[in-house]
Amino acid sequence: MISASKTYAISQSLPLDSGQVLDGARIAYETYGELNEDRSNAILICHALTGDQYVASTHPITGKPGWWERMVGPGKPIDTDRFHVICANVIGSCLGSTGPASIAPDGKPYAMRFPVITIRDMVRGLVALLDGLEIETLHAVVGGSMGGMQTLSLAANWPERASRVLVLASTARHSAQNIAFHELGRQAIMADPNWCDGDYYGGDAKPDNGLAVARMAAHITYLSEEGLTEKFGRRLQDRPDGTKGAKSFGFEADFQIESYLRYQGSGFTQRFDANSYLYITRAMDYFDLAEEHGGKLANAFARSTARFCLVSFDSDWLYPTSESRHVVHALNATSAKVSFVELSANAGHDSFLLPHDQLDRVVRGFVE
Amino acid sequence: MSAPQSTLRFDLDAIARRIGGQIDKANGPSRVLDIGCGDGALMAALASDYGADVRGVELDPAKVERAVSKGLSVIQGDANTDLANYPDRSFNFAVLARTLQTTNRPDQVLEELLRVADVAFVSFPNFAHWRTRAALMFGGRMPVTNAIPISWYETENIHHVTVEDFRTLAAAKGAKITREWNFANERAISPLGANWRAEFALFELRLSQSR
Repeated sequence: MISASKTYAISQSLPLDSGQVLDGARIAYETYGELNEDRSNAILICHALTGDQYVASTHPITGKPGWWERMVGPGKPIDTDRFHVICANVIGSCLGSTGPASIAPDGKPYAMRFPVITIRDMVRGLVALLDGLEIETLHAVVGGSMGGMQTLSLAANWPERASRVLVLASTARHSAQNIAFHELGRQAIMADPNWCDGDYYGGDAKPDNGLAVARMAAHITYLSEEGLTEKFGRRLQDRPDGTKGAKSFGFEADFQIESYLRYQGSGFTQRFDANSYLYITRAMDYFDLAEEHGGKLANAFARSTARFCLVSFDSDWLYPTSESRHVVHALNATSAKVSFVELSANAGHDSFLLPHDQLDRVVRGFVE
Repeated sequence: MSAPQSTLRFDLDAIARRIGGQIDKANGPSRVLDIGCGDGALMAALASDYGADVRGVELDPAKVERAVSKGLSVIQGDANTDLANYPDRSFNFAVLARTLQTTNRPDQVLEELLRVADVAFVSFPNFAHWRTRAALMFGGRMPVTNAIPISWYETENIHHVTVEDFRTLAAAKGAKITREWNFANERAISPLGANWRAEFALFELRLSQSR
C-alpha cells in the first residue's frame, strides 16, 4: 500500500543505558494513513528482531510484501483509513536507522565501536521520533516479540505517551533459554572468519555463513514442533535437477526441513547486517523490565493509566504464555486495565504474524 | 406493551440493578470485577448504564476474545488461581455468577472474592431444588434439569451446592449475607422455602465487621 518513507535526524544526543551517548542518530520510518488534525490517531508499531519499518509496504531489498500487511491497511484490523500508522526501524538495525553499519563521525563505519544498546534505548529513539513528529500521545503502541518488549518499555518509562498498549507473543524479560539461543547465534557470527572482529564493511566478504547459521538456529525457535512436523515431517527434498528426493548418504540438504532452513539462512544474509544481529540480540538479552524498576514488575506500571492487552499463543515456546501471564499479574497488582488471551495456533512464536481470525478480532476490538 | 426487557440473564440483571443502585458516583466510577464473565454481557451493561469501571476474568478463550473485541478489559484466567494477584479491596464489587460450583475450591474462591472487593455477588444453581431432589430420589440418577442441563460426565459443575450449604459456607467465612434473591422459571420468587423452591440463588455478601 501507499506509504511515505522518511528519515528523521535526532538533533540532540541520545543518552544510552550504558552511560554512553549516541550523537547524530537517524531513524528511518514509514507512515500509512492520515494524521488527524489534533494528532490523536497515531498508532506506533514496533518491529521484531529482524523486522523493519516496512510493515505494510514492499521491502526495498527483497521485494516482498510488508511483514504485517494482513494486519495493517485500509479496512484491516489496524485500519489505515482511520489511523495514522508509524513504523520505524530501531537504532542498532540496518534498514536506514543508525546502527553498526552506519558511518561514524570519523567517516568510517561504526562496526563494533557502536555502543551497546538496550530495548529502552531503542524506545528512546522512537520517543525522539514522536517528539519530532509532534505526536504527544499515541492512540496505541503495538508490537510482537521484540516489538512487544519495546511496547512494554514505552508503557513503563513514558506512560503518558500511549493510551493503549498491545503486546503480542512477548515477555518482560529474557530467560536463560532465550539468552542461550541468542548466544549460539552470536557465536556463529563471530566464529565466521569473514567477521574480522566486525570490520568487514569495506572488505570482499561478509560473515554470511555465520549469520545464516544464526538465523537458522533462531528460526527453529520461532516454529513449533507440531508446525514443523506438519509442514515438513521427514519428507525428502527433490533434487535441483527435478529427480525425486532420496537420501544422498552425504551431507546435502536431503530433508525438506534442511533445505528450508538453508534457504531461510541465506535469504536472511541478503537483507540483514551481521553486526546489527549481534547488537539487537544483546539488547534483547539485557531486557528485564522488573530489574529496571527496583526488581518488581508491578512498579514498572505504577504510573500507567493506559489500557493494556496481551496475547500469547499456546504453541509459542520462545515466549510462552507464562511470560505474558507474568506481565498480566503485575498489571493486575497495579489495578491497570488489562486484557489477556492465549490463542490457539500451531505455528509457534511466528503465529502472531500469520493469519488468525481470533487475533484479528482482538486487535481490531482493542484498538477501536 | 410491557416495558422493554433487559437482555441480561435474570441473575445478571438482578446484579446489574443492585450494583447500579449502590453506585456512588461522587467517589469516581465504581470498580467491578466479574469472575467467569463469559463474553462480558454484565460488564458491558454496567459500563454503559452506570459508567462502572469493569474488569473480567474468564476461562474460555473464545469468550475472552469476544469480550475483548467489544473493547472490554478481560483476562483469560482461572478463578482458582488468578484472584491472588489482585490487592485487597481493589474493587467495590466482585461478581461470581454461576461459576462457584465450577471451581476447584469454592471456599477459597469465596475467601478471595471477599478479600478483593467490598461487596461480593454469588449466584449458582440450587442442587436442593425439588426437581433435583425428585430426580435423585425417584429416578436414582444424577439430575438433568433446566438449571442443571448437562449430564454428570460432561458438566463443568464439579461442586454442586444448595442454598443452605452456601449460607453455612458464608457464615464459616465470616461473611454477612446482606441480600438474597431466589429464582424459579427465570423469575424472582419469595425466599420462603428457598432451599426447596429455588432453581437458582443469588447472594450479596460482605465481610462481617467483627472480622
